[in-house]
Amino acid sequence: MTHEEILKGLYDNTIIGKAAEVKTLTQQGLDAKLEPVDMLYKALLPALQEVGKRFEVGDFFVPEMLMSAKAMQTALVILRPLLAAKGEKTLGKVVMGTVKGDVHDIGKNLCNIMLEGAGFEVFDLGVNTPPEKFIAAVQQHQPDIVGFSAFLTTTMPMFKVNIEALKKAGLRDKVKVMVGGAPVTAAYAEIVGADAYCPDASSTARKAKEFVGAAGAVPGGALADAVGAVEQMMSVVEPESSKQ
Amino acid sequence: METILQSKTKTIVISPEHPFVMIGERINPTGRKKLGAEMAAGDFSRVRRDAETQVAAGAQMLDVNAGFPMGDEPTMLVTAIKTVQQVTDAPLSIDSSVVEALEAALAAYEGKPLVNSVTGEDERLEKILPLIKKYNAAVIGMANDETGISMDPEIRAAIAEKIVRRAQDHGIPPADIIIDPLALTVAADPTAARVTLQTMRIIHEHLGVNMSCGAGNISFGLPERPPITAAFLTMAMTHGLTCAITDATNEMIRYAVRASDVLLGHDEYAVNWISEFRQKKAEGSKQ
Repeated sequence: MTHEEILKGLYDNTIIGKAAEVKTLTQQGLDAKLEPVDMLYKALLPALQEVGKRFEVGDFFVPEMLMSAKAMQTALVILRPLLAAKGEKTLGKVVMGTVKGDVHDIGKNLCNIMLEGAGFEVFDLGVNTPPEKFIAAVQQHQPDIVGFSAFLTTTMPMFKVNIEALKKAGLRDKVKVMVGGAPVTAAYAEIVGADAYCPDASSTARKAKEFVGAAGAVPGGALADAVGAVEQMMSVVEPESSKQ
Repeated sequence: METILQSKTKTIVISPEHPFVMIGERINPTGRKKLGAEMAAGDFSRVRRDAETQVAAGAQMLDVNAGFPMGDEPTMLVTAIKTVQQVTDAPLSIDSSVVEALEAALAAYEGKPLVNSVTGEDERLEKILPLIKKYNAAVIGMANDETGISMDPEIRAAIAEKIVRRAQDHGIPPADIIIDPLALTVAADPTAARVTLQTMRIIHEHLGVNMSCGAGNISFGLPERPPITAAFLTMAMTHGLTCAITDATNEMIRYAVRASDVLLGHDEYAVNWISEFRQKKAEGSKQ
């Protein structure tokens, strides 16, 4: 296979979410001396961008989005160490979690996908995360940013509790705090003392880049587009699964 | 097991031998920011309309949620409940986990309501169950706890059992506990519905309590959601689900539920099915 064929194969199979094929092609690409950076920027990220576009116009649905992300993930597992070895360092670290009392995770997971896609290292604490666990993770990983997700008006107050816990632990000025979730508003984020309100996955990645002073920086170009393409993703995903 | 719920003038029975109870889901500002903003501004006209529409469509009960960012939830919830109780006699499901809002709503409610909901977390149980006892209400117990949501049906069933036992410690009979075995979206996990159905079967066989779920969750993120939700409800009804918080105004969902009632022998002589047909026919001939 030529380099072009491998890149096209990676692109096509990432879009349709064929993880096994993407893994094989990534390996074949390395064997054929394709640059990891090229596989990332010429195939994988444009594919994610295309998926985002299709999602935005309603041609693609959540399961397809997740399949694509999973396929891309299998390539990144292989490529990430190589990219790191070549000095492609991560933009920064983000600790993410759904707050205590809340078990909604789709929105947070899509944010994680976009953050990783944008070049961040994400530590996902999962759902129903008590303040202590956030504090422990911030102490351990020393992230640039910590993100709190809440899907219920009844769990949103945990934002404030978490922020107070950060203050008490002397960590508040060490991290930027992002909050998001269906019922959350910008005004609410401000009142609880967060640094940013992120209404969707793409703005989460964008805000994160601003915070680490990487807005527009490399790997910004192609990635920023990929992020922008998935703009509508969260607005489609967020509003409804509240029917609990 | 029969769970009895009441408004001032009407009694509803939830049990495996009765027609399935649809609890209308629409009075909920989450994802309906316009409704929330109106409620926060003291305008409950949409709440009133939503109540009437859902009951007209066949919802036997209504869920009422007044959670809105920075809204005064106790006041909003009480007003919403009073508003709904003025225009319909359907018993209500009071949807909040804020203790102050629940207490105010329970005090204002006329009849015997359902409270939506408590989880299997010790802290939540100890806060909510005394209120359920004090106001002689029934409560939905969610099959998740401090450890989150398990994808193991046995673990979910064990949490359900814990909730029932803890309720009994507080003097609340199992008949007043409705377990939610948790319906998650199949869009994110293909095993989601299967796990929920298996959980239902275990709970039905071992605890025998009534079960409810947020049916719409199952189809979230997919195109053409109502057929998925409807098929899930049909399956769930054969696994012991006896009520659901769902969209009764959707014809496909309503038909799936009412048809399953006929097939499972819960709509004897198809009385409800035929009367809906007749009502529709009458409306048709009027036009």
